[in-house]
Amino acid sequence: MIKYAWLIPVFPAIAFPIIVFLTRKVRHLSALVAIAAIAASFVMAVGVLREVFLLGITMEKPVEYAVPWLQIPGLLKIEAGILIDPLTAVMLLVVTLVALLVEIYSVGYMHGDPGFSNFFSYLSLFSASMLGLVLANNYFMIFFFWELVGLCSYLLIGFYYHKHAAARAGLKAFVTNRVADFGFMLGFFFLFAMFGTFNFRELAEAIPGYQNTGFLALAAALVFIGPIGKSAQFPLHVWLPDAMEGPTPVSALIHAATMVAAGVYLLARAYVLFASLPGIMLLVAYVGGFTALLAATIAVAQRDIKRILAYSTMSQLGYMVMAMGVGSMTAGMFHLMTHAFFKALLFLGAGSVIHALEEQDIFRMGGLYKDMKITAGTFILAALALAGLPPLAGFWSKDEILAATFDHGFTGLYILGTLVAFLTAFYMFRLIFVAFFGDRRAGLHGHESPLTMTVPLIILAVLTVVVGFVGTPFTDHGFSTFVYYGEPHHAEPNYAVMLISVIVSLAGIGLAWLFYGRPSDVPEKLANRYRSIYTLLVNKYYIDEIYMWLFRRVVLGLSEAFNWHDRHVVDGIFDGVGDMTRISGRKLRLLQTGNLQTYALVIFTAVVIIALWMAAPVLGGVIQ
Amino acid sequence: MITLNHYLALGGLLFCIGLFGALAKRNAVAVLMGIELMLNAVNINLVAFNHFLEPARVTGQIFAIFVIVVAAAEVAVGLALVLNIYRRRLDSNVDDLDWLKW
Repeated sequence: MIKYAWLIPVFPAIAFPIIVFLTRKVRHLSALVAIAAIAASFVMAVGVLREVFLLGITMEKPVEYAVPWLQIPGLLKIEAGILIDPLTAVMLLVVTLVALLVEIYSVGYMHGDPGFSNFFSYLSLFSASMLGLVLANNYFMIFFFWELVGLCSYLLIGFYYHKHAAARAGLKAFVTNRVADFGFMLGFFFLFAMFGTFNFRELAEAIPGYQNTGFLALAAALVFIGPIGKSAQFPLHVWLPDAMEGPTPVSALIHAATMVAAGVYLLARAYVLFASLPGIMLLVAYVGGFTALLAATIAVAQRDIKRILAYSTMSQLGYMVMAMGVGSMTAGMFHLMTHAFFKALLFLGAGSVIHALEEQDIFRMGGLYKDMKITAGTFILAALALAGLPPLAGFWSKDEILAATFDHGFTGLYILGTLVAFLTAFYMFRLIFVAFFGDRRAGLHGHESPLTMTVPLIILAVLTVVVGFVGTPFTDHGFSTFVYYGEPHHAEPNYAVMLISVIVSLAGIGLAWLFYGRPSDVPEKLANRYRSIYTLLVNKYYIDEIYMWLFRRVVLGLSEAFNWHDRHVVDGIFDGVGDMTRISGRKLRLLQTGNLQTYALVIFTAVVIIALWMAAPVLGGVIQ
Repeated sequence: MITLNHYLALGGLLFCIGLFGALAKRNAVAVLMGIELMLNAVNINLVAFNHFLEPARVTGQIFAIFVIVVAAAEVAVGLALVLNIYRRRLDSNVDDLDWLKW
C-alpha cells in the first residue's frame, strides 16, 4: 500500500481538470468530485500511517520510491520520488483531514457564489500540490510543489477578483513569496553545487561529515529564507494579513493549517543541514521568537476578526520556527499538528459568523453566543486550546515548545514565549468577549449556520480536545518517539513550566475579561493615554509603509537609473552607429560628381601611385 | 643614334598629351580623340620594344594590331553614344553629363 502512496496527490490532481473541463456548470457535482478525491486521499493517508506503524518505519529508516525525471549522466539527476517516514505520515494526515473538512464546509459557505465550481477546482489543485510537497524526496521536487502552492494561494486569495483589495493581496502574497523562494532556490542550488545531489537522504549522509561549515552555514541561511516567506516570519510576513481578503475557507486551509506550515515542514525535512550549525539555529530561533512577539502585539489592537486570527497564526508559526531553532523538531511538528486543527476551527468559526452577519469588525458584533450556540461553543473551545489551557491540545504542544526552549538554555526566549502566551490568551479572549458576549452592538443578529458548516466545526472541536494526548510528557511511545531528530527522546514533565504557562494563560483571559467581559472604559482610556503606542500597533508598526517607501526609493530608483542608461547609453550606441553611417554617407556622396573626367582623373592618380609603389625597390637603386 | 629611349619618350609624351585631352576637354568628341591618342602612344611603345628587344619575333606588332582593333571598336561605340546624347539634349559638353551624380 505504501508503494502507492504517490496516488495521494493524484486524486485531487485529477479532480482539478475534471472540474475545470467537465463539471463546471454543475456546481454540486464539482463539489462532489473535489470532496470524493480528497476523501480518497484521506483514506490512503490513514492507510499510510497505519503501515508506518505496522512496518516499523522510523525517522532513521524511511521508505523511498523514486524514478529519474531528468538526467544528464555525470552532471545532473533530478528524480520524482516519495519519501515516507513518520514526519510524512503525520503531515499527510493533517493536510488531507483539514482539506476534507474545509471542502465540506465550503459547500455551505460558498453557496450561491458564481465561482463555486472554480473554488473547488482551486482547492483540489492546492491539495494536490500540498500533498506532493509533503511527499517529495528531494529539494527540486519540493521546490516545484512549493511554487505551485504559492500559485494556488495567489488564485485563492484573489478569488473575489473584481474586488481591488483582493487582487492586490493575491499579488502581494505571490511576490513576497517569490522573493523568499529566490533565496531558497539559491540555497538548494548551492547544496547541489557542494554535494551533487538534491535528494534528502543522500544529503543527510553527506552533510554531517562536511568540513566547510562556512559554506554549510551559507546554504542553510539561504534555505531558511524560504520558510521565512512561506511561514510568514519577519521580515517577509507582510502578505499574510492581506491574504485574509480571500474566502474564509481558504484562510482556514491555506493560511492557518497547511500552506504556511510548509515552511516549518521544510525546516524539519532539512533539519540535518541546520542541526550542526549553532549560529544558524540561533538565527532561526530568534526570528521565530521575534515574529511571535511582533504578531501578538499587533493582534491586540486589531478589530477585524480575520486579521486577529491571521496575526495569531503568524505568532504561532513563530513558536514553531522558534522550536525548530532551539533544537526540538518534535515540539515544532507537534505544535504544527495541534495548531492546524484548532486554528482551522477558529477560522471556520469566524467564517460562520461572517456568513451570518456579513460583518467582520468585532466591535460591531456582540452577544453572538445567544444566536449561534454551536459556532460559539466550538470557537471558545478552540480559543482555550490556543491560549494553552490543559487538557486541550494547545496546552501540550505549546508547553512542549516552552519546555524545550527552557531546557536547551534559551532563557530569554523562554521568557519571550511566556509573554507571547499571555498576549495570545488576552487577544483571543478580547475577541471572544467582544464578539460573542455582551450586547448586540450594531443590532446584528446571528443565526446558526447550516449543517454542512457546523459538522466540520464539531469534528475539529473533538480533534482539538483529543489530539493533544499523543504528545504529552506523560505518554510513553508518544509523539516524541515518533517524529524526532537524532534520537527518540522522552521529555520529562517540567512541572514548573507547566504551572507558569497555566497561570499566564489564565491571567491573559482574566485581563481580557476585566477589560472586555464587562462594561468598562479602561481599554479606551489606555488607548488614549498611550496613543502613540496604540497607533503603532494598529498600523502594524508601519512595516508595509516602510516597505513601500523602500520599494519606491530603491527599486524604482534603480529602475530609473537603468532606464536612463538603457535609453541614453545603450540606445545611444545603436543610434550613434546609425547616425555615423548617415553622416558619413552624406559627406561621401559628394564624391559622386557625375563628371566622367573627374572619375578618370582619380583612376589615373591611383594607377600612378600603385605604379610608384610597385616600382619602389627598383627605383631606389636607380636613383642612386 | 636613335635608341629605344627616344621612342619611349615619344610614346610617353604622346600619352600625356592624350591624357590631358581626355581629362580636360569639354567636348565629348575631343575626349574620344584624347583616348585615341593614348592608345596610339601605347602602340608606339609596343612596336619600339618589339624592334629593339626582340627583333626576331613579331609579338609586339601583333599586340599593336589588337590594340588598333579594340580602339576602332571602342571609338565606334563611343561615337554612337555621343551622337545619341547630342540628339537628345543638343549638348556635347561633358560637364553637363552628370546624371550619375548623387
